[in-house]
Amino acid sequence: MSASVPLVDYLVLGGDPHLTAHECTACGARFFDRRNACAACEGERFRQVDVPTDGELRAFTIVSFAAPGVPVPFVAGVVDCGGTSVRANVVNTPADPQHVRVGMKLRLTTVPVGRDADGVEAVGFGFEPAS
Amino acid sequence: MAENVWIVGIHMTKFGKHPELDTLDLGAQAARGALADAGLRMRDVGVLAAGNLMNAAAGFGQQLQKQIGQTGIPVFNVANACATGATALRVAIMAVRAGETDTGLAVGVEKLSGAGLLAGGRRVAGGDTWAPQGRFGAVAALDGRIGTETMPGVFAQIGMEYDHKYGGADFELFARISEKNHAHSTLNPLASYQKRFTLEQIMGDVMIAYPNTRPMCSANCDGGAAAVVVSESKLRTLPLEQQRRAVKISASVLTSDPWQEACQVLPDVNTLTRHAAEQAYEQAGVGPDDLDLVELHDCFATAELVHYDNLKLCPPGGAVDLFNSGATWRDGSIPVNVSGGLESKGHPVSATGIANIWEVATHLRGEAGDRQIAGAQVGLAHVIGLGSACAVHILEKAAA
Repeated sequence: MSASVPLVDYLVLGGDPHLTAHECTACGARFFDRRNACAACEGERFRQVDVPTDGELRAFTIVSFAAPGVPVPFVAGVVDCGGTSVRANVVNTPADPQHVRVGMKLRLTTVPVGRDADGVEAVGFGFEPAS
Repeated sequence: MAENVWIVGIHMTKFGKHPELDTLDLGAQAARGALADAGLRMRDVGVLAAGNLMNAAAGFGQQLQKQIGQTGIPVFNVANACATGATALRVAIMAVRAGETDTGLAVGVEKLSGAGLLAGGRRVAGGDTWAPQGRFGAVAALDGRIGTETMPGVFAQIGMEYDHKYGGADFELFARISEKNHAHSTLNPLASYQKRFTLEQIMGDVMIAYPNTRPMCSANCDGGAAAVVVSESKLRTLPLEQQRRAVKISASVLTSDPWQEACQVLPDVNTLTRHAAEQAYEQAGVGPDDLDLVELHDCFATAELVHYDNLKLCPPGGAVDLFNSGATWRDGSIPVNVSGGLESKGHPVSATGIANIWEVATHLRGEAGDRQIAGAQVGLAHVIGLGSACAVHILEKAAA
């Protein structure tokens, strides 16, 4: 099968897809993007840590109106994964307030983004209801 | 101890559609209006701070001088998202407080009619092959794939997060906040919209980002606002009528985000607002109970709720109860956004931070006409620029 690439560099694909973060070795603050120094304590050293794939939905919105080309509606939210906050879409559930609520339990899943000219598939992530 | 700084002139243009006026016309109208209100000329002004976000690199302040008077004074062009106007005012206040000049002018203007969404990544056709770009190593646009970058969506989550933390907030409650602000604007002739909506109309309108429907979002419009500030010793040289109408700036505070665990994922508009409010109450020597009116940054109905709490108008977690008590309606114990707020008065972003001050100052002067809050002595104005910048000003009526 052809190769795949993650949508963002903090998504690790393979048999056990998960997110990783840059964790400040001094204070434990976590960042998904690369940093020059820790925004919390000014520490300069980071280590890679895995983020739990189970979480709880702490906030969400259902976007019905977005920039041209962005399919709507979709559910955007903040998922608390064992103390690490993750921005993500809530997927594999209807995008309405009867099916999405704060506090619901979620788990990470992968979402296809598309293939490029070489047939390489880009793969993103979302969170789906855990039960 | 630095001298007190006073507002002696302040002006807000009509907010709405101004197809015949460009940014400079609106800026000139606001600035000349504020100068006339102060009884001063550009030659009396020692510093100009100016903001216009849509042309932030264009030297707006210098262009404006060519419309209102080129006197060679220093110009500070500022850009601080939706807090740009308040930041301009803060710069003028700092210059006066530092003793660099005794008179400063701050101006904020924006032309936004028909601008639509102001953020959110437009999807463009990518390259032939996936190539990681940017600080997340992304191979494609992230808006809509990893959450939302749209303002209605970001602020919707901020309201829902409050509900998750404390409970009691739902679609209807947020819609009722919007109902209040639209009702208030019917008394404000300078508001973009002066139309009352029923709760059913608000909830049944076009959904933008649940739970924010269209009337629950700030209205893009054109507008300008400007203020002239002076030192206390300068004030005492002005005619008694100017002294009587002067408004004391009891607190002027600007904050940014301190690091919080989740702030990289969802902007945290709470912590920096709480810090700004705490500093402002301390500076002014007043508390939330002393306020006669508040203009706060209701860029979306969901935002107004959390700022009741952040500005300490209620105990922590008490924002829903505060709103349900009716306290924030214009006849309540702490009227909030009697101008109609950003949802109805409108939100020409760089003008907003001075327009909120104009509203409070106009009540303190007893010049607010049909919407006057009787006997107003102390008021607070708050704005947020996402990213974030928060300005809180506390104003007091001149003593007799």
